Order: sequence, then structure tokens, then C-alpha cells
Amino acid sequence: MTLSNELVLDATHISVQFGGLLAVNDVSFNIPKKSVVSLIGPNGAGKTTFFNVLTGLYKPSEGKVMFGDREITDLPPHKIASIGLARTFQNIRLFGLMTAEENLMVAMHSHLKSGIASTILRTPRQRKEEKEALDTAREILDFVGIGKWATEYARNLSYGDQRRLEVARALALKPEILLLDEPTAGMNPQESGVFVDFVHRVRDARDVAILLIEHDMSVVMSVSERITVLDRGEKIAEGSPEEIRSNQRVIEAYLGKAASEGRGK
Amino acid sequence: MARAARKAKKAAKQPASHRTWALSYLAVAAVMFVVYQYALPWEGLPLPIYDFLQLWLPPSSVNEALVYVICALGLNIVVGYAGLLDLGYVAFWAIGGYSAGWFMSNFFEQWNVHGLASVATTEPGVHINFWLVLVIGGAVCAFFGVIIGAPTLRLKSDYLALVTLGFGEIIPQIFFNGEDINGFNLSNGTKGITRLDPIPTGVKDLGPFDFGSKFVVFVLLAAIMVFISLQLRRGRLGRAWLAIREDELAASMMGVPLMRTKLASYAVGAVAGGIGGVAFATHVDGVYAERFNFSISIFLLAMVVLGGMGNVWGVILGAFILAWVNSTGLPALGDTFNSQFGTEIDFPSFTFLLFGLVLIFMILFKREGLIPESRLRLVLHEGDADEELKPAHEEEK
Repeated sequence: MTLSNELVLDATHISVQFGGLLAVNDVSFNIPKKSVVSLIGPNGAGKTTFFNVLTGLYKPSEGKVMFGDREITDLPPHKIASIGLARTFQNIRLFGLMTAEENLMVAMHSHLKSGIASTILRTPRQRKEEKEALDTAREILDFVGIGKWATEYARNLSYGDQRRLEVARALALKPEILLLDEPTAGMNPQESGVFVDFVHRVRDARDVAILLIEHDMSVVMSVSERITVLDRGEKIAEGSPEEIRSNQRVIEAYLGKAASEGRGK
Repeated sequence: MARAARKAKKAAKQPASHRTWALSYLAVAAVMFVVYQYALPWEGLPLPIYDFLQLWLPPSSVNEALVYVICALGLNIVVGYAGLLDLGYVAFWAIGGYSAGWFMSNFFEQWNVHGLASVATTEPGVHINFWLVLVIGGAVCAFFGVIIGAPTLRLKSDYLALVTLGFGEIIPQIFFNGEDINGFNLSNGTKGITRLDPIPTGVKDLGPFDFGSKFVVFVLLAAIMVFISLQLRRGRLGRAWLAIREDELAASMMGVPLMRTKLASYAVGAVAGGIGGVAFATHVDGVYAERFNFSISIFLLAMVVLGGMGNVWGVILGAFILAWVNSTGLPALGDTFNSQFGTEIDFPSFTFLLFGLVLIFMILFKREGLIPESRLRLVLHEGDADEELKPAHEEEK
């Protein structure tokens, strides 16, 4: 499959420095429209740091991030989220004491308009807006397959359903890019397989580009259209799953030099 | 099917419980009103009952408790809903109180301003209608809420508590020493401002000792605060507050602007503090700087914790109980005890020992408060929640 030339996100020459540590060193990375791309690398490679730059949690010491033709490098996280970059969390961070549908409606916060006065007075517009938001929330919950838990507290959902709820909550932001941070952590191979199909379904039905950070190689290889590999803060390879699988530097980074030489013999 | 049934059950359950509470609140208020307005002044009332009521539940103690209820409901929005620990809430109470002092008395003799007031236009000073002063007091507090909140709300938990504590000390100190600010008398210092205008109700104007009708005004104000709390809670802003209480980082990643949302809770809480301040000033018919001290902030916080953070009905109960114990319960108990046993123990001096014990007891054994918010009950009693849940899962299969 060929990737679209139109970029929805373009990060150029990103460096992040923590004191004397260069966590990310001059990494350029882009996300084509409606693509599924992955960011992989061994532990400590700088994946999460880079991810946090995209979502606005960290400001890069150098480089800039363009979202469409808008620069988002210095925007606060909630602004970035509301213009269309939604994420999930590696260690599920739902609003546990809110129902599934309330979780989604929190994510719609920036799209809703009611202020203090109209909420107190329950103006017709406010009621209409709330009803539409609730309908959208229910629709998204049905889409990810947990519609029956709409009025259940998030903390009471099973692990797999909580993962789905995280994706649903991110989708409620009406994003153009969905960032998934190790979404299959804690899943068994069968569940991961289901997840791969799910990711493609989300992309096709919701018109979003998806960026994945993932450890599970089989998931990465089967789901991604393009893979970028980071090691010690630097980009060491980028390409299709086939190219990455046979890339010498990637094998070295993951298995160590000795192992890769052994493999070569 | 099962989902619809459960939803119907839930929909039927929740508003009904709020409605039951609201009706109980109004019923209790109505009974109290009848007692104070008609039974107490009635000559045929048996003397022991009269004495009992005057000792254990005098009208002034009920009105004072209602003032605390109004303020505690405001603090509940900040602490209970948004989860921000505010230890300086008394600042807004003071600002509200002085708004009443400035705009409803002869204090500013140099000016002669009248706005629909209940006194003759020949009276010197600024005299504005009580209901308008409520709005003004609320607005002034909202303004100061934003001014104080903007720099402080960037801090987290303990630091926020400390800085709000500071502001809670600074504002009353300004009033305490505000007798001569470059020749301008802002607050009349320790002497305070006294004799406020009566409350115009349309029926008759309420003088300082008309407890029954003032009671109605305070019950109404508290009811308005309850209404505002409940409406906001079930809307866009209330959800954002709860999300921030649950997980601040996740909330900001979901597009919730942290500062603006926290400021909103702080400002709404400040408005309630201001309204409570105006009510308190009319209740004691004056404004005295030394009454606005740190212990009030702690006192209000204890009310919210005792009643049940996040639950308006719990907060009302907590505020009423603690305010009553403070103003009447302990002194009355002391009098009875001392006259019975011939001792001379100063019961009211144990107030804070008692409140400290109450707080420790609540935190150890009943953290969710007397009437808990349903969500909190879920966390604090994990085991129970699991049991309650089982039927719902089975129903689904």
C-alpha cells in the first residue's frame, strides 16, 4: 500500500534535552493522511519523550511540529488535543469514577459551548447540545463495541474494555491523528490479533491517521504501513515492515551486535 | 433489553433521590419556620418547651447555621467537585461581608448614594438594596477569586493549600488594618461597621431581630446554591471538574483547559462565599474584622468533609451540625452540665478539640462523609462495590 503524500503532521529536526541528557536527537518524523505508522525502539530509545513532544507535554529544545499548516510546537496540551491530536495512555488513565459515556463527554469539552449561565438555566440550546453529545458518545461506544457499558463506571470495566474505552474517549475528540501508546500491553496474542483489525477499522471508519508506539513486534509488523525505529534518541531506520525486518541496524539495536553477527553467518 | 431496563432504573433512581432530598429540605425548613414564626411567640406555648427551644435551638443559631450552609456549599464546588484544597476560603467571606458593610450602611458618610434601598433617601452613606448587594458581593468575590486564583491555581495540592492559606490571612488583615489607607477609611479597622440596612422583602422590611423572615431569606439563598451546584455538576463544566479531580493530566490531554476550568470552580465558589458573607453581615447586623479568621476556613472545610465531599445534601447536614455545635450545642451542653453537677468547665473552649476529633474519626472510619457522593462510596468500599456489581453483569448475559 502506498502512503499518501499529504502530511497531517510533520515534525522536523526535533531535539529534546534534559539537563545533560539528549533524549531525542534531531529526529524528523511525519504522519501521512489516513496512514497507520509506528514508532518502535528498545527501552530508553526516546519513543515516549518524542510522543510527549507531539502532544505538547514537553517543549522540544529544537525543531518544530506542524499540524497541517499550523505550527503546534508551543501550544499547550489541551489546545493540541482540541485541534485534532488525541492520545491513549500506556497505563490506562480513564476517569474511573465517571461513567463510560461521561468519559467521552469530557473529551468533547472543547467542542461544546455551554457556559456557566446556560448550564444553570438549562437553556434549550444547552439541552440540545447535551443530548447531541450524549448521542455521539453512545454512537462511538457502540462503534468500539462497548455500547452496553455506557452507564457503567469506567473503573468497573474489564481490562480489554478499558482499553477500548480509552480509544473511544480519544475518538470523541474528533481527532485527525490518533496516538496509541502501547495499546496491546497486557493483551494475549489472540487479543492482539483482534486489535490489529480494530486499528484498521478505526482508521477506515473514522478517517484518522494512527501513530502507534508498540513493543509487540508481531502487532507492529502486521498493523503498520510504515515503521520508524529510534535508538538512543536517534532515528536509525524508517521504512515498510519488510525493510525494517531486514535492516541490519535495527537488528543490532534490538538484539545486540554479537547476536546480529551470529545471525549473519 | 437489559440495558434499557438498567438505564430506566438508574434514571428513575437518581433524580428521585435528589427530589426526595430537596423536598425533605423544604419540609424541615417549613416546620422550623412555623416553630419560630408562630409557636415560639405564642403565649400558650408551655414554658418548658419554650425554655428548651431557647436553650437548644434558638432562632439565631439556626440562621447562623444557614449562613454556614451557604458558604460550605460554595467551598464544596472547589474542594468536593474540582478537588482543589482551598484553606483560605474565609477571604471571600470577608469580602462579601464588607460589601454588605460598604453598600448597606451609613459607613461612607461622605457619599450619598441610594439604590432601591429600604431606608429614607435622606440617610447619608451608600444604601443599596439587599438583593442587589448580594449580586454586587458575589461579583466582587468572583473578581477577587479570579485575581487570587490566576497565580495560585497553577500550583498543585499541598502548595495550592499553602498559598490559599496565605491569601486567607492577607485579605482579613487588610480589613483589620484598613482604618487609614492614605487617609481613606476602608474598613473602620477593629471597630467594624455596624447597623446595616434592613432586608427589603416586598412584604415588610426585615429588621435585625426579625429572625423568622430572615430565616426564609437564608433558606432561599441556600436552596439557590444547591440548585446551582446540582445544575453545574450535571453539565459540561461539572464533568470537566470531576475529570480534573480524577486525573489532571488525562483531562488536559482530552482538551480540558486546566487553568480556565479550575478558575471557574474557584470563581463560582467565591461567589457563594461572597453571598454567604453578605448574609452573615445582615445576620449579625455588622461587619467585624476579627470574625474573619483562619479557623473559619478550617471550620467550613470540616463541614464539607463531615457531610460528604461532593454531595450537596451531605454538605448541608455537615454544615448545620457543626455550626450548631459551635454556636449552641456546646455552650448549652456546658450550661446544663455545670448547673447539674456544680462544675465550672468551659465547654466552648473545647470546640476545636472536638472538631479535630471529628475530622480524625471521619478520615479513619468514614472518609466519604455522612451522606457520601455515590461515586466516592464506590472507591472507599471496594468490596461492597464488587458485590453490588455482580447482578448487573449477570443481567447482561
